Amino acid sequence: MAARFPSTIAAWRQALEAKPRHNLPSLLANLASAIDRCNPGLNCYIDWDGGEVQKALGGIDPEPRPGAGPLEGVPIGIKDVLNVKDQPCHCASRILEGYISPYDATVVARLRRAGAIPLGRLNMDEFAMGSTNENSAYGPVRNPWNKDHVAGGSSGGAAAAVAAGVAVAALGTDTGGSIRQPAAFCGCVGLKPSYGRVSRYGLTAFASSLDQVGPVTRTVADAATLLQCIAGRDPLDTTSLDVPVPDYTAALGSELGGLKLGLPAEYFADGVDPEVTRAVRAAIDECRRLGAEIIEVQLPHTRYAVATYYIIATAEASANLARFDGVRYGARVAGQDPLDSYQRTRATYFGPEVKRRIILGTYVLSSGYHDAYYLRAQKVRTLIRQDFERVFDQCDALLTPVAPTTAYRLGERIDDPLQMYLGDIFTVTANLAGICGLSVPCGFSTTGLPIGLQILGPALREATILQIGHAYEQATNWSAQHPPHGREAIQS
Amino acid sequence: MDVRYVAHLARLSLTDEEAGLFQGQLQHVLDYVQELSPLNVADVEPTAHALPLQNVFRADEAAPGLPHEQVMANAPQARNGLFMVPRILE
Amino acid sequence: MNAPVTYKVSIGLETHVQLRTRSKIWCTCPNRFGRPPNTDVCPVCLGYPGTMPVLNAAAVKQTVCAGLLLGCTINYRSKFDRKSYFYPDMPKNYQISQYDQPLCTGGAVTIEVDDQPRTIRIQRIHLEEDVAKNVHFADVSGVDFNRAGTPLMEIVSEPDIESADEAFAYLQALKQMLVYGGITDGNLEEGNIRCDINCSVRPVGQQELGTKTEIKNMNTFKGVHRSLTYEIQRQIDVLQAGGRITQETRRWDDERGVTSAMRSKEYAHDYRYFPEPDLVPVVLEESPLETWRAALPEMPAQRRARFVADLGLPPYDAEVLVADKAVADFFEAALAAGAAPKPASNWVMTELLRALGEKEWTLAEARITPENLARLLQLLEEGQINTPAAKTIFSACFEQGGDPVAIMQAKGLSQVSDEGALTAWVDAAIAAHPKSVADYQGGKPAALQFLMGQVMRASRGKANPPKVLAALKAKLDA
Repeated sequence: MAARFPSTIAAWRQALEAKPRHNLPSLLANLASAIDRCNPGLNCYIDWDGGEVQKALGGIDPEPRPGAGPLEGVPIGIKDVLNVKDQPCHCASRILEGYISPYDATVVARLRRAGAIPLGRLNMDEFAMGSTNENSAYGPVRNPWNKDHVAGGSSGGAAAAVAAGVAVAALGTDTGGSIRQPAAFCGCVGLKPSYGRVSRYGLTAFASSLDQVGPVTRTVADAATLLQCIAGRDPLDTTSLDVPVPDYTAALGSELGGLKLGLPAEYFADGVDPEVTRAVRAAIDECRRLGAEIIEVQLPHTRYAVATYYIIATAEASANLARFDGVRYGARVAGQDPLDSYQRTRATYFGPEVKRRIILGTYVLSSGYHDAYYLRAQKVRTLIRQDFERVFDQCDALLTPVAPTTAYRLGERIDDPLQMYLGDIFTVTANLAGICGLSVPCGFSTTGLPIGLQILGPALREATILQIGHAYEQATNWSAQHPPHGREAIQS
Repeated sequence: MDVRYVAHLARLSLTDEEAGLFQGQLQHVLDYVQELSPLNVADVEPTAHALPLQNVFRADEAAPGLPHEQVMANAPQARNGLFMVPRILE
Repeated sequence: MNAPVTYKVSIGLETHVQLRTRSKIWCTCPNRFGRPPNTDVCPVCLGYPGTMPVLNAAAVKQTVCAGLLLGCTINYRSKFDRKSYFYPDMPKNYQISQYDQPLCTGGAVTIEVDDQPRTIRIQRIHLEEDVAKNVHFADVSGVDFNRAGTPLMEIVSEPDIESADEAFAYLQALKQMLVYGGITDGNLEEGNIRCDINCSVRPVGQQELGTKTEIKNMNTFKGVHRSLTYEIQRQIDVLQAGGRITQETRRWDDERGVTSAMRSKEYAHDYRYFPEPDLVPVVLEESPLETWRAALPEMPAQRRARFVADLGLPPYDAEVLVADKAVADFFEAALAAGAAPKPASNWVMTELLRALGEKEWTLAEARITPENLARLLQLLEEGQINTPAAKTIFSACFEQGGDPVAIMQAKGLSQVSDEGALTAWVDAAIAAHPKSVADYQGGKPAALQFLMGQVMRASRGKANPPKVLAALKAKLDA
C-alpha cells in the first residue's frame, strides 16, 4: 500500500515542491492534526498542543525556497534531552519543571541552518535512563504496532513517532542503545554515530564518555541526510572530532560486493529469542545475496559489557546529575539549609530509576570502592575496545541482532532492574568502544512486533554501515510497513 | 552497600520504602557486576575516552554572557539579582 | 624539674591564585571583578544542562609559566578530573580540577626572615575553576556566579614553613613573583589570592608531624599571620595542658582575633574524583615550553641584582625599588626618559613612595609619569630650579599631572642665577650682618650658612644656592 502522507524527508520535500497542491502551512497543519489524533494513544510527544505548529510557523517563510537547504521546510522531532532555545527541556523529568532553555544545542542549530523546523519535545526515559520509556515522568510511550508493548528506550518517543508517521524524522540520543533499540522495537531506522562524530553541546549529559546524538528515521537515506547536516567538529564540544565529514548519501547503492561482514559468535548465543535469530539470519542471507562475504568472528569480552557499561555510565551520571539542585533553574523544595533543600528537591523530583543509578554511580566512585569497580570497569572497557579493533582488521562491519527480544510488554521488566539492564547486551558495546551502529528493520515476530538488524562499523565509518543498511532496505520492504496505531491507519 | 550513606553523598533523601527496595535491587546489580572480578586487568590501561584526542583549547577571547533578566527568569528564587538559597551555615 | 618543652611548628599553605586572563576558564564570559551580580554569566558557567567546558589556552600557559618561575617540573601529560561536593557556590556540584596529573610538580620559593634564607618546597601546582560568591543575609544567602569559572591556580606547599613570619614572607615572595610574571593582578581586596592553612606543632625531637588543623578561606596576608600566631599558641597551650589536638577545619574570626572549629559536617568529604570526560588530556611538547621559558619576564631577585650591578645602586635602594613591580617599572621608565639612576632612585624612594603612602594611592592612581620625573630631575640638574622648588613641582605633578616646565613657569619657581641680582642680595646681606661677617672671617664657617640663609630668604628661595655660596665666598675671602 502506498503511503498517503509524506512520512520521509524525501517525500516531504517532494510534497513541498509539488505546488500548488501543497504548501508548508498546510503540510504542517495536517501533520499537527495527525499528532493530535495519535498522541493520546502513543504519548510520544510531551506537552503537545496544536499551538506548537503555529509557533513553529511564526519565524518561518511559508514558501520555502526550493533547494535552499537539504532540510528546507522539513519538521524534525527533537528528543526532550536536547536544548532548543526558548523551549522547555524536561529530559522527561519533573526536576526541570519551569526551565526554559536560553540556547540551541549545536545539532539543533545545524538543523536550522539546513532549513529544518525543530518540532515538538519527544518523550523518553527520564534523563535517558531506561530501555522501555516507562521511566518517563510524563508516562510511558506505547508501541504503535501493539499498544500493550513498550516502544523501547530511551528514545521511545522518537522511534514511536517516526514509526507512526507523526514525525518525519527525529533526533534521538544513544548512550547504550537508546536510539538503536527503540528503532528496532518500533520498526524504524536508528543510527548511533561514532563517539566524537556529532557535537554533544546542548545534549543534557547522561554519561558523557558514551553519549551521542543521532537520527531516528523511516529510511536509511533519511538517516544519511540527517547525519550529513549534524556531523562535524564543534568548537563548543572539545570531544567532537576535527575530521572531514564524507558525503553519506553518495555511498548509498544497491550492491554489497567486495564487503566482508562479520558475525560475532557471542551475539548469536543462547538467550536470544529464536524469532529474532531467525529474522537476523534471514537478513544475513540477504546481504550475502547482495554480494557481501560473510565470516565468523569473536568478541570474547562481550559478556562483560553490561557490567562495565552500568558501572561507567552510572558513575558519570552521578556527577552529571548533581547540578540539579534547585538553585539556578528547575524545581525546588524549600529546606532549613541548602543541604536539606537539595535532599528534598532531588528526592521529590527525580524518579526511582534515576535515583537508583545515581546511588549506584556514587557508590562505584566512593572512597574504598573506586578501584574495585570504576577503575576495573575502565580497564575492561579497554579490552572490549581492543576486541573490536581486532575484528575490524578482519571485516568491514558486523551484523548482529539489536536486542535479544522484541518489545517487552508494558510493566514486564520494570520491577527487575538487572533483567532490564541485561537486555542492553548487544548495544552497549558500541558505546563503550566508541564505534558506530545502525539499526534497520528486518522483519516481524509472529505476534506482529518489529525486529531490528544491527550493523556495527569501525569508528568514523558511518558511510559503510549506511551503505549496507540502504542496500538491505532496498532489497526488502520492511520499511514500507505502517503500524496499526499510526497516521496511515488512523487519519482519514 | 549502605544505601542510605551513599544516597546522602548524592544528596538524596530516601523513604524507608525506597531504601529497602533500592538496597535489594542494587545489591542484585552489584552481585552481577562481580563477574568482572576474575578478569586479570593488572597490565591493562584504563579507557576514560574512546577518543585519540589531546590538546583541544580555546583562544582567550571574551564575549558578553546572557542578559541578566534571562538568567534570573530561570531562578526558582531570586532577590536583588542574586540566586537565593536557605541561609548557608559555616 | 623538667626543662620546659619547646615546640616545632609545621605549616603548609594551599594558595589559590586567580589568573589574569581575558575570559573565564571554560567559557567566553569576561574574567573581571566588580560587576553587578550575575551579569558576567552564561549557560556554561551557570552549569546549565547540556553545556560543556572548553579549556582556555591562556590559563594553561599561565599555570605552566608559574611553574617555570617556581622551578617546578612541568608534567608532559596532564589531565582534568571532577571533584564532587555539593555547595551552593558550585554551579555543577562538582569542580573541574586536577587530581593525580597536575600541570606542575616540585619547585620552591626562597624566603628570608631575620636575614635567614629558607627554602619552602612546592609540592604541586594545578589548574581548576573558581566557585561563585555567597552573600549572607539574616535568614537567607544569595549567590553571585560572576566569579564562577575564573581560572584558578592552586599552589600547594610542603609543610616547610615554621612560623607565622615565614608564612607571611612566603606569601609576599609568591605574590611578588606571580605579579612580576604577569600571571595575576595580585589584588587581595578583589580576592585574587586566597589561601587555606594547614598547621601543626610537635615537641622538638619528635619526628612525625603533629595532628594538623586547617584554617580555610584566608584572604589577607595579615590575617594569615595573625591567625597563625593565634593557632600556634592555641595548639601549644592544648598540648602543654596535656590535651590533644583534634584534626578539624577552623575558621578565623578577624574581629575577635581567634580561630574556632567550623560546624562539623556530618560526613567526611568523599570527593569521588574521576577523569573529566568532557575534556581531553593536555600534552605539553618541549618546543612551546622552551618558547614560554625564554619569554619569562625578569623576576625580582634578578632585577635587584641588575640594579646593583648595572646601575650602581646600593643594595638597599634596589630592594626598595623592586618590592613593587609597578614602582620598579616606573623607575626604569624614568631612566629610559633620561634620568640618572641614583637621583631617580632617591626621588622614587623618598618623594614618590611617601606621597603614595600619604594618599594611600596605588601608582596607577598617581598622575605623575616617569617622563615628568625625568624632566624634573633634568631641571634640577641644570640648576633651573632648586630642591624646594622641585618638591613643589613634584607634588603638583603627582596630584594633578602636567609638564614640570609648565608648572615651574606658572608658579614662577625658576631659579635666579643672574649675577646682578645675586650680587645685590649678597651685598645687602653682608651689609646687614657685620657680626656674622666678622664671625666667619674669625674662623666660624657656620656663619656662612647663616648669611646664605639670608640671601635665600631675600630671594624667596629662587636664588641658585651654589652660585650664592660662590658669590659670598668671593666677597668674604677676598
